[in-house]
Amino acid sequence: MKDTTDISARYFVREHHPENGTLLGFWIYLMSDCLLFACLFSAYAILGRNYAGGPTGAELFDLKLVAINTAFLLLSSITYGFAMLESQKKKLGLTIFWLAITGVFGLAFLGLEIYEFLHLIHQGAGPDRSAFLTSFFALVGTHGLHVTFGIVWLVTLLFQLKKHGLTHENKRRMMCLSMFWHFLDVVWIGVFTFVYLMGVM
Amino acid sequence: MAHHDHNHGHHDDHHGHDDGHDHGSLKTYTIGFILSVILTAIPFWLVMGKVLDNPSTTAMILLGLGAVQIVVHMVYFLHMNSKSEGGWNMLALIFSAILVIIVLSGSIWVMYHMNHNMMPGMPDAHDMRIRP
Repeated sequence: MKDTTDISARYFVREHHPENGTLLGFWIYLMSDCLLFACLFSAYAILGRNYAGGPTGAELFDLKLVAINTAFLLLSSITYGFAMLESQKKKLGLTIFWLAITGVFGLAFLGLEIYEFLHLIHQGAGPDRSAFLTSFFALVGTHGLHVTFGIVWLVTLLFQLKKHGLTHENKRRMMCLSMFWHFLDVVWIGVFTFVYLMGVM
Repeated sequence: MAHHDHNHGHHDDHHGHDDGHDHGSLKTYTIGFILSVILTAIPFWLVMGKVLDNPSTTAMILLGLGAVQIVVHMVYFLHMNSKSEGGWNMLALIFSAILVIIVLSGSIWVMYHMNHNMMPGMPDAHDMRIRP
């Protein structure tokens, strides 16, 4: 009798139910987001050379600006990492500090990107100019939109952290935003390699 | 009895490795950061300094470095490994990677061949108009 209950108990323990289903669910959301970006990337791959007599990437892209933007995003990734490390050490103040720095880098990235977009549109190279620019604005704009929502989420999380401290729920939210933020950085690798650097060549 | 054991086992599990997640350490984050700085700097240097004469070689190197950097980010920042969430994370990743490859290479392949086949000798609307 005792043996059978023990075996079934062990069986239930071994059947692995992830303790935190939210993280797996969020990961699956990110993977679906990945497919969204794959569609935008393939649209750019197909239409990226259809200039319709308009300006080309080599004429439009300012690689220095893109390098600074890439640096902002990369720095924001490592500062988010620092925030995660401080949250593990249960240091609320430092966690909030590093998260705020991450947000500042995110805003700097967005500011530069909005400046770039406005500059392009001002030059007459808006999304309506050619198929190349349509696919460019769709891809880079969608990434920028993701960063925008990431920042909104980050600010919300800062208020929640201030109010409730490093609770289990807040840690879980931090983990999800961490995945989201690093994922955006991964997408940006594709953007600066495939769109900007290869577009200039 | 079974229920009690289940809880007990679960509690140990929880205590043993904190949610079953690898959160990384200062060391892994720093290694990841340094690697990505290097992997970002090389492509920008190659293109901005016009180091290589052959653009297609440069493009190949860029794509290769980009792929390596994505893996670096996955491992050091997103803490991907085959064990997290009982392997489901990795499975979802592999599944979407396959879909991404199919979508990307399929679209490029089909559209390239379409452009190729449409071009020679096929009168488009413009040609039709100027010819009697």
